[in-house]
Amino acid sequence: MNVVVCVKQIPDPATPGKLDPASHTLVREGKLILDDSDAYGVEMALQLADKAGGGEVTLVSMAPNDEVSGLRTALAMGADKAILISDDTLKGADALATAKVLAAAIRRAQPDLVIAATESTDGYTGTTPVQIAELLGLPSVTFAKHVEVGDGKVRVQRQTEAGYDEVECPLPVLVTVTAGVVEPRYPSFKGIMAAKGKPVDQLKAADLGVDVGGGEPRAFGQEITEVAEAEERQAGEIIEDEGDAHERIVAFLEQLKVI
Amino acid sequence: MAINKVWVLAEAFEGKPLSITQELLTKARELGSEVSAWAWGDDVASYAGELGSYGATKVYSLGDLGGALPGVPLAAAMAAQIEGGNAPDAIVFGTTYDGRDAAGRLSAKIDRGVLSNVVDLSVEDGSPIAHHTVFGGAQVVKSRFSGSGQGQPPNIFVVRPKSFAAEPGGGGAPEVVEVESPDPGATNAARILQRHVEERTGPKLDEAAIVVSGGRGLGEASKYEMIEELAKLLRAAPGASRAIVDAGWVPYSHQVGQTGKTVKPTVYIACGISGATQHMVGMKGSKNIVAINKDREAPIFSIADLGVVGDVHKVVPRLIEALRARS
Repeated sequence: MNVVVCVKQIPDPATPGKLDPASHTLVREGKLILDDSDAYGVEMALQLADKAGGGEVTLVSMAPNDEVSGLRTALAMGADKAILISDDTLKGADALATAKVLAAAIRRAQPDLVIAATESTDGYTGTTPVQIAELLGLPSVTFAKHVEVGDGKVRVQRQTEAGYDEVECPLPVLVTVTAGVVEPRYPSFKGIMAAKGKPVDQLKAADLGVDVGGGEPRAFGQEITEVAEAEERQAGEIIEDEGDAHERIVAFLEQLKVI
Repeated sequence: MAINKVWVLAEAFEGKPLSITQELLTKARELGSEVSAWAWGDDVASYAGELGSYGATKVYSLGDLGGALPGVPLAAAMAAQIEGGNAPDAIVFGTTYDGRDAAGRLSAKIDRGVLSNVVDLSVEDGSPIAHHTVFGGAQVVKSRFSGSGQGQPPNIFVVRPKSFAAEPGGGGAPEVVEVESPDPGATNAARILQRHVEERTGPKLDEAAIVVSGGRGLGEASKYEMIEELAKLLRAAPGASRAIVDAGWVPYSHQVGQTGKTVKPTVYIACGISGATQHMVGMKGSKNIVAINKDREAPIFSIADLGVVGDVHKVVPRLIEALRARS
């Protein structure tokens, strides 16, 4: 079974992000890392391919400046190869333009299953995977908290407001997985060494025959008209616990008349 | 200046519109002169009146979907209306499981972008403007669709829950229009085999007056019981930070934050949560915030009304004991 995992390489969430003052797009310079949310998808793909008796796990990613460090992490976990689309004309691409590029790359791999996170940690629009599915003419099952594959079908427990739905869908299909769906493995030393030699196919949008109209300001059909500082929430009182902090909390709740 | 036609995705559970649906209709009424809701299921007629009271004058109903996930047929039916000349100026979806599916599908189908994580909507110079908060709520950004093609209606927005207060507008019964979804083919192959409703003893996370959340500072999964115990005593909903959901201590449905639920309770009690931006996005709007954390430098203290620098393993059990003594 061939599986494609969409992965995003993002600025380290531990360092505060900022907007470029001129373009109002997210500053994405410096080293990028594998989005934590995607580690679950990579792990899921490895486990499912393994259970199916083999097949290739291909990573597909779009990132600026030929960035591969996040891809190397996922390759070190055990993915077989990667397709990276890195193109200056895609700078500032919105979710739909991103989906068009990724869909074109995924089409090359002809997967039985496409896995993505429910949303990225940095942009978190959460629409790209379903847009990809629509562009590829694939069904999709989003917010999977449990995934099994067998008899040419995927069986998913899909998160709902009230609990979960047991959903079945024939392959090929796109599935988005929630964090915690599986426990991502840590890359082993052997895995890290092996990852260095695994193929990363580096492409431009034109190589995929995709024209998303990039290269000009506002080409992606969305513009930011205003950026303002949000109203700061003021910090209140901070106390050290001397063994009586719980009394202060009780008093605070009483004052609010919630107890 | 208002825009003209606005569509809202109406979601319901057990015959009752979700609060996000009431919120979106309330806002849509302010933005547009004609508000229509899109709904599905065999019970639409039973709650259409309520959609009307929140401002929908028309309800497009897809009826029973035969176990299909709603995103695909909804998008196909909306696209058919749009292509047939009935295009609204804006379509508003909630940031929900099905809302995001439908918005993404529609976007790719009609080749229009989506503005998501919207926390407010306004109309400026005759076009709808989306407001978003970025970097954990530190900045507010306004954006709109522009350029040829993309700037054309319909503009698609995905709005976070709790962005607006829900207020009925006193509207009467709406016209219910049955619409057929054109056959979406292979994209519609997923089927729901069975629905599981999880037992819930306390209030819902996004509706509770008090939320008690636990984070990494709890140290181990079994300590989450203390959060549940405290929540029970306060008739609160238990919540969690992403860190402990990722670690598998509690289910995803408990998660508060950017990737989880947005909550705005009267009181939010954060136990052993440092306050990563990912978490703050989902709870910053709480009326009152109490934080218990052993690290004085934790970002959560910058937004807490009452911050306790202390060990959750000592403070929370004492708090539980004190509350038990009162009841």
